[in-house]
Amino acid sequence: MWTDLGVTINGETLLLDTSGAAFWPARSTLIFADLHLEKGSSYARGRQFLPPYDTLATLSRMRAAVLRYNPGRIIALGDSFHDGRAAERLSPEARDMLSAFACEFIWISGNHDPMPPAWLGGTVTAEWSEGGLLFRHEPQEICRPGEIAGHLHPCAHVAKWGRRVRRRCFAADGVRMVLPSFGSYTGGLDVGEEAIARLFGPRFHAYMLGTERVYAMPRIQVGRRNTTDDIQPISSAITTAARP
Amino acid sequence: MLPPRFQEWFAARGWTVRPHQTALADARDESVLLVAPTGGGKTLAGFLPSLIALSQKTPKMRAKSLHTLYISPLKALAVDVARNLDAPIAEMGLSIRVETRTGDTPAARRARQRHAPPDILLTTPEQLALLLAHARADQLFSGLRTVVLDELHALYNSKRGDLLALGLARLATLAPGHRRIGLSATVADPRPLQRFLMPQKPGEEILSRLVRGEAGASPKISISASDSYVPWAGHLARHAMGDVMAAIGKSKTALIFVNTRSQAERTFQELWKLNEQNWPIALHHGSLSPEQRRKVEAAMARGALRAVVCTSTLDLGIDWGAVDKVICIGAPKGAARLVQRIGRANHRLNEPSDALLVPANRFEVLECNAARDAVLAGELDGERLKLGSLDVLAQHLLGMAVAAPFDADALYEEVRRASPYAALSRADFDAVVDFVATGGYALKSYDRYARLRKTSEGKFRLAHPRLAQTYRLNAGVIVEDPMVEVRLQSRGRPAGGGGRRLGQLEEYFIEQLSVGDTFVFAGDVLRFEGLREDAAYVTRSNDSEAEIPSYNGGKFPLSTFLAQRVREMVGAPERWIHLPEPVQEWLRIQQWRSVIPQPGQLLVESFPRGNKQYLVCYPFEGRLAHQTLGMLLTRRLERLHMRPLGFVANEYALAVWAARDMGGLDMGALFDEDMLGDDLDAWLAESNLYKRTFRNVAIIAGLIERKMPGKEKTGRQVTFSSDLIYDVLRAHEPDHVLLRATYADAGTGLLDIARLSDMLARVRKRIVTRKLDRVSPLAVPALLEISREMVARGEVDEDILRDNEDSLIADAMRVD
Repeated sequence: MWTDLGVTINGETLLLDTSGAAFWPARSTLIFADLHLEKGSSYARGRQFLPPYDTLATLSRMRAAVLRYNPGRIIALGDSFHDGRAAERLSPEARDMLSAFACEFIWISGNHDPMPPAWLGGTVTAEWSEGGLLFRHEPQEICRPGEIAGHLHPCAHVAKWGRRVRRRCFAADGVRMVLPSFGSYTGGLDVGEEAIARLFGPRFHAYMLGTERVYAMPRIQVGRRNTTDDIQPISSAITTAARP
Repeated sequence: MLPPRFQEWFAARGWTVRPHQTALADARDESVLLVAPTGGGKTLAGFLPSLIALSQKTPKMRAKSLHTLYISPLKALAVDVARNLDAPIAEMGLSIRVETRTGDTPAARRARQRHAPPDILLTTPEQLALLLAHARADQLFSGLRTVVLDELHALYNSKRGDLLALGLARLATLAPGHRRIGLSATVADPRPLQRFLMPQKPGEEILSRLVRGEAGASPKISISASDSYVPWAGHLARHAMGDVMAAIGKSKTALIFVNTRSQAERTFQELWKLNEQNWPIALHHGSLSPEQRRKVEAAMARGALRAVVCTSTLDLGIDWGAVDKVICIGAPKGAARLVQRIGRANHRLNEPSDALLVPANRFEVLECNAARDAVLAGELDGERLKLGSLDVLAQHLLGMAVAAPFDADALYEEVRRASPYAALSRADFDAVVDFVATGGYALKSYDRYARLRKTSEGKFRLAHPRLAQTYRLNAGVIVEDPMVEVRLQSRGRPAGGGGRRLGQLEEYFIEQLSVGDTFVFAGDVLRFEGLREDAAYVTRSNDSEAEIPSYNGGKFPLSTFLAQRVREMVGAPERWIHLPEPVQEWLRIQQWRSVIPQPGQLLVESFPRGNKQYLVCYPFEGRLAHQTLGMLLTRRLERLHMRPLGFVANEYALAVWAARDMGGLDMGALFDEDMLGDDLDAWLAESNLYKRTFRNVAIIAGLIERKMPGKEKTGRQVTFSSDLIYDVLRAHEPDHVLLRATYADAGTGLLDIARLSDMLARVRKRIVTRKLDRVSPLAVPALLEISREMVARGEVDEDILRDNEDSLIADAMRVD
């Protein structure tokens, strides 16, 4: 039996799964962000041969989450495919796994995949609004309560005993939420970085993905404590927040 | 016999030609390993055959190619040797051109060296690899007669040695007649080095000739010891700093060796607290900026320093005549290492080197005594021979394709002439070729992007010229931890921009700092001001409680050989009388309260303390092997419902604590070798040390690029993505060639699995158990380390997450 961590965003309750997916019980909807399918094979064009199993690994974890919650609908929050031709490179096995998800799909378009391929079926849209929530790929500077987004690949770290643990995390403050990236080869951006930190109010928490459960950490516990106001974030860290 | 011109030169200098120098000069075209202690004119001996041969031909008579190639593990040493060759060449009026080639050599000179090579070129293994990965390498080396390999003992059994061996195998193809001269410090077994020098044949062992130099004078080794106080634990020897200052006072120049960079910083601080005379005492370690290090080295060469606190950075290298005392603080770790360090004093063969060993705790007293006895008896540690690494082979194969299309059959035969690869199977070779070509995955999805393609004659050629540049930028087998540059600013200025470069620190350490935290580095107390781009900005501070960065590197384990000698000393009470009184008393009470284990036995004690139950064992196999043992034991104890809570390992012992009493367990079963099966496998899947090992393999093999033209990756990105790659690869293709290479590395590297395996086999049926009512004397040092060492239960990241959250809840619920 797993224990879900429930959070409330703009009055709607969401369950945070250790896989990095979020479940919205009221609408039987399972939400994933930044799948980046076929990211590995996109590097092969530059003759860097990463293990070509990232798509299957991502889809297997997706399938496990679907089996746990049995949703009627899946929302993918954009950047589901790493590049415009990623869907063409899917192996037959990967296509089969995708078609086997027996539920409705809403594909939010992202900067990596402005137009998810039509053969996937489901609804393709830039935004989806329902109940108290608004789903889009990139969180907007001006806060729209209930915004559920991806794009930023939030990570957090805690340090203890001379060691440091860095994990993907949900970033949320009761008003809006950014999901962690779900794709196997997706890096992360620290929640202390300006690009993420500026989005959230005082009730901000990082919900770090553990193996057994999700751990809620308030702002003081995580993030780059060593950045002061007059210091720019490390440029290198930003580049991991994917650009096409 | 030396030619007259050479004899006269020796005579003019007032030198007698030593027998080993004559032996080398007479060695015609033979390959020779010269084993000699420092101070015996070893380097000159290595060059004599080349100097003589070159002196007998005018430049016009010589081929327009390199005559002699000299390879050193350190570029500074190559530069120094070049300088030392100037004197004989100039004074004998020889017309011989000597040049160095290192990473610092300007591009124009490198290009010229290819077109108009010098007679003698001095360089490093990495530069040799780059020279060979060039279309015109065959011309450059066609006339090569001699390769001189300096400090071969420091290279042959490492990944750099693999790279060098593969380079030599290629040289043997390009210049079949050339011979090798290996120069080595005294080693326990010269055979692997003799083998290294010779092209090998399948099924045979080909050895070079061996020439031994005269033994030097026996060193004078004293051990600082007090009959009133010897610390139980710790590595700083703060109690003995007075002795160290006194020893400095009695010498012209002292080298003070410590084992880690943090010890170097701390020792430097402690010495300056006592330095009322204001003696010039400097600091030298691998994290300091090159400018800083060069300054110290120059001051040293001028004789301007009384002492230098240093780490292994000064184990090898330049001959400083003025050093007349070596002080080793802490554990010697190995007899060979100690001989090497002692040899840094007094570079003259006939005068004894003078050394002071300063043990920092009781176990180190035993280790220092064992090491001194071994050195005086002329016994040295043997090394476990590694097989040629497959990641290094992958890099070499790409380099060979950069030079010219290669025939796989011919290259396989060539590679097997390199002694580390003599036993390489064709299947492994083909797997590496496949890896280089398309990643080597069972799922053949990258064939159309292949890096190597077959030509019509069936040779492998580079698929795109850009790959040559990728190769050059990633060449080399040294992989650094992700580092952040540290820059010093004057106070009051905003962080960022400019500042003097102090050196580099592990990113890992920097990331744990908050603005305003203080730490000791480069001999100064510094205040952290912030991180910007890739540099950490600091100002000077005078905080007396400053932290010392702890480093991952620099922790060599106690050698197997020395461990055995320490076990023998502990097991022989009649030998204790040579030890300081507090140490004798410590062992006597151990004998009375528990038992003194005999050399072949493993003592396992259990006792309660506080509200915890302890299990302490004493394998003496070094911290790395003990850590691995600790991880595996806690897994087993968990399964046995003992509820293990933590463990701590030092060089000699491992202590595990748990909620339940472990004294009743079947220790034979608990320490059974089968823990190296499934338990090890399960642990490796999540071990950070193992992931770090994989990262290094992936970088060397070229799966992950260190640098790309135009977009330099920081270490952080490499770290993060290599972990993700590891997880996916392990789950989907556990037999991939890179995972096999990682496992091979883990055998000897950070996890020391091979050594643990040997130990478990050795103590089978020889485990002595004692169930005690309280802590034993031998257990105290390990237990004292609990507070100062990290005490995660294994490497379980989940605990860190849980603990952070729990302590938070505790804080939140407090009512005061």
